[in-house]
Amino acid sequence: MSALSLRRVRDALPLLPFLAVVVVFLLIPTVTVIVNAFVDDGGFSLARIEALFSPTALSALGKSVLLSGSTALIGAVFGAVLAWLVIDSPPESMLRRAVLSVCSVLAQFGGVALAFAFLATVGLNGVLTLWVQHLFGFNLAGSGWLYSVSGLILVYTYFQIPLMVIVFVPALEGLRDQWREAAFSLGASRWQYFREVAVPLLTPAFLGSALLLFANAFAAYATAAALVSQGSPIVPLLIRAALTSEMVLGQSGFAYALALEMIVVVAVVMIAYNALVRRTARWLR
Amino acid sequence: MSRRLLRGAAWLGFGLFFLFPLYAMADFSTRNLLAGGRTLRAWANLVVDDALYQAIVVSLALSALTVIAMLVLLVPTLIWVRLRAPWAKGLVEFLCLLPLTIPALVIVVGLRNVYLWVTYFLGESALTLTFVYIVVVLPFAYRALDAALAAIDLRTLAEAARSLGAGWTTTILRVVVPNIWPGILSAAFISIAVVLGEYTIASLSGYQTLQVEIVAIGKSDGPTSVAASLAVLVFGFALLLALSLATRGRRRRLTTGVTE
Repeated sequence: MSALSLRRVRDALPLLPFLAVVVVFLLIPTVTVIVNAFVDDGGFSLARIEALFSPTALSALGKSVLLSGSTALIGAVFGAVLAWLVIDSPPESMLRRAVLSVCSVLAQFGGVALAFAFLATVGLNGVLTLWVQHLFGFNLAGSGWLYSVSGLILVYTYFQIPLMVIVFVPALEGLRDQWREAAFSLGASRWQYFREVAVPLLTPAFLGSALLLFANAFAAYATAAALVSQGSPIVPLLIRAALTSEMVLGQSGFAYALALEMIVVVAVVMIAYNALVRRTARWLR
Repeated sequence: MSRRLLRGAAWLGFGLFFLFPLYAMADFSTRNLLAGGRTLRAWANLVVDDALYQAIVVSLALSALTVIAMLVLLVPTLIWVRLRAPWAKGLVEFLCLLPLTIPALVIVVGLRNVYLWVTYFLGESALTLTFVYIVVVLPFAYRALDAALAAIDLRTLAEAARSLGAGWTTTILRVVVPNIWPGILSAAFISIAVVLGEYTIASLSGYQTLQVEIVAIGKSDGPTSVAASLAVLVFGFALLLALSLATRGRRRRLTTGVTE
């Protein structure tokens, strides 16, 4: 062993605690999921993967894609507009700080609380429900739509729009004033600047952010779990059902296959996201 | 003129959509369902209700433990990578950001065997969740700390301290840490907010943390759950706003320090 590689080993030692925690609590669980998705009764088997193509699992996947896709689209469009409004206010202003803090809380830490926010608003005894009942005699919470996929779409936009603001504001900040001034001094109108300069520059960042929103909604669990206590319309809730009732239904191991499905979907989306971000990074610095 | 009108209307629309549910939570949680009028019963339950109070204590303890463990683990590692092991920078960054790609739900599905060992050594306690929570907060903490380290001249600081006879512990604690204080503060605040809001892993591992208790109570006592939810959201907002204000002056000083 040469002195150089010996030094390298010595330099690597302080990294061991960090690597140990990541390996044990992140990599081993992930590998456990992947391996167990292909194992049954102690040997290799595709039985658990085949269960992913059962009508229940396919319907959950379809609804998850619908939920993630629609809220990613709504979130990206409205989030971009809100980000544009935020950018217009001065960087040190209280308004900007407050909006970004609210967005950060709702996008990243809301979870369960968001479910209760909408129960208090348009649930059976919600504030808005009672107002509408009182004023128009119309039951807003009728048929329990809040607990179905359409309800989830509404509640998910409540954290998707803020997430879009957080990831899109840096891209907007990357648009330099000089570019706008150059466009205007060359005789461009506001609309022309927007269409010919801003939109082409921002398109990769916009699409990338929309993909991030998709992955975020697809993997989200807390909000849906708190809102929907019966039935499993979407993949994360089907995983809950498989985890909590595996002894009863003999579904042992189905959760592994579903978790693998989630890894694959999120990984594909995130790879596309990274490709788009790299394109944006070229002019963002 | 029409532009300003349009912008005002957009602000109003977003304001209504985002603030009305929060107002509804305040209204809902103070409604007196039996006698009409207002009551603070649901808010009093945050302290009076034994199970809820216990869960709040557990979650606060968890967030404190997670912050301490995360800082002890991550700060020396990131400093070491920058000074002595630059070849590992890509690997460490990849591992730190990996939890963004692997959902918490996936981790908890694969976690059972690992936790059999953890509970075997450390016993059945909700506080053992600290280990997974370190992984969950890793991306947020990494970004904050890495940005702070990038903004200082770490190599010069460390070499100066070392050449004056300081050991590694002294160099890190008394020279580097005071210089990356804004980054440490923001990593800590964000981690606290993440841990207080975490539901997925705690509920599927069967531990009674604040969020798990909020959902459990919600089945019988809506107003109390709504009050606790609003309390968490407001607390998180206050934390992040304070952070944004506290690091303002510092950041400007740091950036000018670098360009000089």
